[in-house]
Amino acid sequence: MPATAITVENLGKRYTIGVAPPGRSTFREALTGAVSAPWRRFRRLAGHDDHLAEFWALRQVGFGVPIGQVVGFVGPNGAGKSTLLKILSRITPPTEGFVALHGRVSSLLEVGTGFHPELSGRDNVFLNGAILGMFRAEIRRKFDAIVAFAEIEQFIDTPVKRYSSGMFVRLAFSVAAHLEPEILIVDEVLSVGDLHFRNKCLGRMHDLHSEGRTVLFVSHDLTSIRQLCSRALMLNGGRVIEDGPADEVTRSYERLYREPTQKGEGARDRVDPPATYHLRRVELRNTSGATTEEFEAGEVMEIHLWSSGCAPENSYTAEFKLHDSEGEVISFGSANPVRSTYYRADQQHFICRLGPLRLTEGAYSFTFTVRVWNTVAWDIWETAIGFEIIKCDLFGTGHGISNAHDGDFVIPQEWLAGD
Amino acid sequence: MPPPLSRTLRIDPPTSWQFLNLRELWEYRELLFFFVWRDIKVRYQQTVLGVLWAVIQPVATTVLFTIFFGRLGGMSKQVNGPYALHVFVGLLPWTFFTNAVTLAGNSMVGSSHLISKVYFPRLLVPAASVVSGLVDFAISFLVLLALMARYGVAPTPQIFTLPLFIAGALASATGAGVMLAALTVTYRDFRYAIGFMMQLWMFATPVLYPIEIIPPQWRMLYALNPMVGVITGFRTAVLGGPFAIDLILVSAVVSLVLLAIGVSYFLQVERRFADII
Repeated sequence: MPATAITVENLGKRYTIGVAPPGRSTFREALTGAVSAPWRRFRRLAGHDDHLAEFWALRQVGFGVPIGQVVGFVGPNGAGKSTLLKILSRITPPTEGFVALHGRVSSLLEVGTGFHPELSGRDNVFLNGAILGMFRAEIRRKFDAIVAFAEIEQFIDTPVKRYSSGMFVRLAFSVAAHLEPEILIVDEVLSVGDLHFRNKCLGRMHDLHSEGRTVLFVSHDLTSIRQLCSRALMLNGGRVIEDGPADEVTRSYERLYREPTQKGEGARDRVDPPATYHLRRVELRNTSGATTEEFEAGEVMEIHLWSSGCAPENSYTAEFKLHDSEGEVISFGSANPVRSTYYRADQQHFICRLGPLRLTEGAYSFTFTVRVWNTVAWDIWETAIGFEIIKCDLFGTGHGISNAHDGDFVIPQEWLAGD
Repeated sequence: MPPPLSRTLRIDPPTSWQFLNLRELWEYRELLFFFVWRDIKVRYQQTVLGVLWAVIQPVATTVLFTIFFGRLGGMSKQVNGPYALHVFVGLLPWTFFTNAVTLAGNSMVGSSHLISKVYFPRLLVPAASVVSGLVDFAISFLVLLALMARYGVAPTPQIFTLPLFIAGALASATGAGVMLAALTVTYRDFRYAIGFMMQLWMFATPVLYPIEIIPPQWRMLYALNPMVGVITGFRTAVLGGPFAIDLILVSAVVSLVLLAIGVSYFLQVERRFADII
């Protein structure tokens, strides 16, 4: 019995992508172009086009996974994660290198693959189960458990086209959750469903791990990678750029890609500022006055903003909008009318003392605006700077709260015993 | 604990020649069953007449052809016995063939979503289309028996050779269907060409007319169309008379060659499907 479940060596995948042919200028060229078009299209479809460029989606990727390890893959879009999973799932062949998989593999690149809208939930459980590699007898045996897990007992004989999207996803996921492969390959499928169901799925993933199965897991949700995986690989540009404990790799991923255009520790200068009056610099400082992008919940943050010169008018305001990691505005603040602070036109440095921050663990960012209240803004600096709440344990219990699942804010709370 | 590791799977870049992995196909036999089951179930879902459509299609075509070719076209004089029966017996394997080839040809593109998300032997997709056609065939075969009773034609012992010709139709349909399925993935032109092609093909096959109207010196060339052997053989098996052994043999060889070429072309391009579909 080999100790490794998966070996990947020198794996590469090359795609050819079309490049626009040179334009035609004269009528004669357009005419001959149109006549020869079918021939050119034929050559392109047959793979002999002159206007093709090569593109390596994956190059020189190598790693081994021991049996029973749960490995997460992180990386920005286009890093090659999905291509890697497609090769491991045998959907697309590699261009070079090889993969050895020891054991029965199931891959789940999407929930509900092969579901047919006209068929009933019952029929789809069998169909989808068979597509995912289960035998009929196996599906029959697990059928009741699948339906119970999805919590849709009374709709099981209804065509799935009449299901709500939540019901559909629950049924589809629960078929997948009852797979018992030795190696499971999962692509970004846990992000579906409501909170209750998502936690159920995470629980199921934990079970798979404790049953000693090998799991490869791609997700943009770093918290679930940290929760589920012991090890993580970071991909970028088709190569593995970091391989190590999940905690470390996800941290450095956040550090690298939170603000891909600029790097700095708690300070940002405006890139491409407008020619008119604008905000030119921002700093985030902690209580000891050091600039930083890492805060703990409960800390007070000092936002320092600098403008490019004298403002067009007196009695104006500076504002912030606070965004969560998905970019949603979760809070707003302003010098006035929220705090009745009016700045003079020659004021060029503004400070906002913000806190204590009752935010949960995760990434946040600010957008800043300067204007006279209720008029058109002079300047809006979109997502000027980001920061991270690295620890949220406001009540000192050692139990962290993260914005991946538990919302963005923590409200002070007491828990008492009733009568 | 999971069961002990059963085997190692190695994924390599595609080599120049791919062979049919029969063992793997056998392992996926249940998926073939589910695809066929899905096709049939979906085909008659939310229809009032349900499987009756499998009967209506050849019956209506027979009525049309009997009126236009038999009566007005004077074709009925060329045929021994009732023309309607002659046409229906020919249409049975032909309808199966044309439906199977058309469905199989479009099947890969129709399943593109599945193909880009999950692995299974891709051959199952067109194969399921062909096999699901057999079910319709079986139903309309019952109509044939009723029609024979109506015209008072009793089956001869030759009817026991029927499975051979059904197998011939199956082989030809799989060969052509699988080939067109693979071609359609790369060249969508075939989606539009298949319908037209099948119409032409029908006139090159003795469905409406008896084989006798083809001059004897051309018959061997004519039998290069594999459906010629299938349909004459089928008709002889059902209605009696001497078998045109030479034609049937030529057609049988051609249909096996077609099957081999179709399947091997499919296998050559199979692994690239997910990238180009």
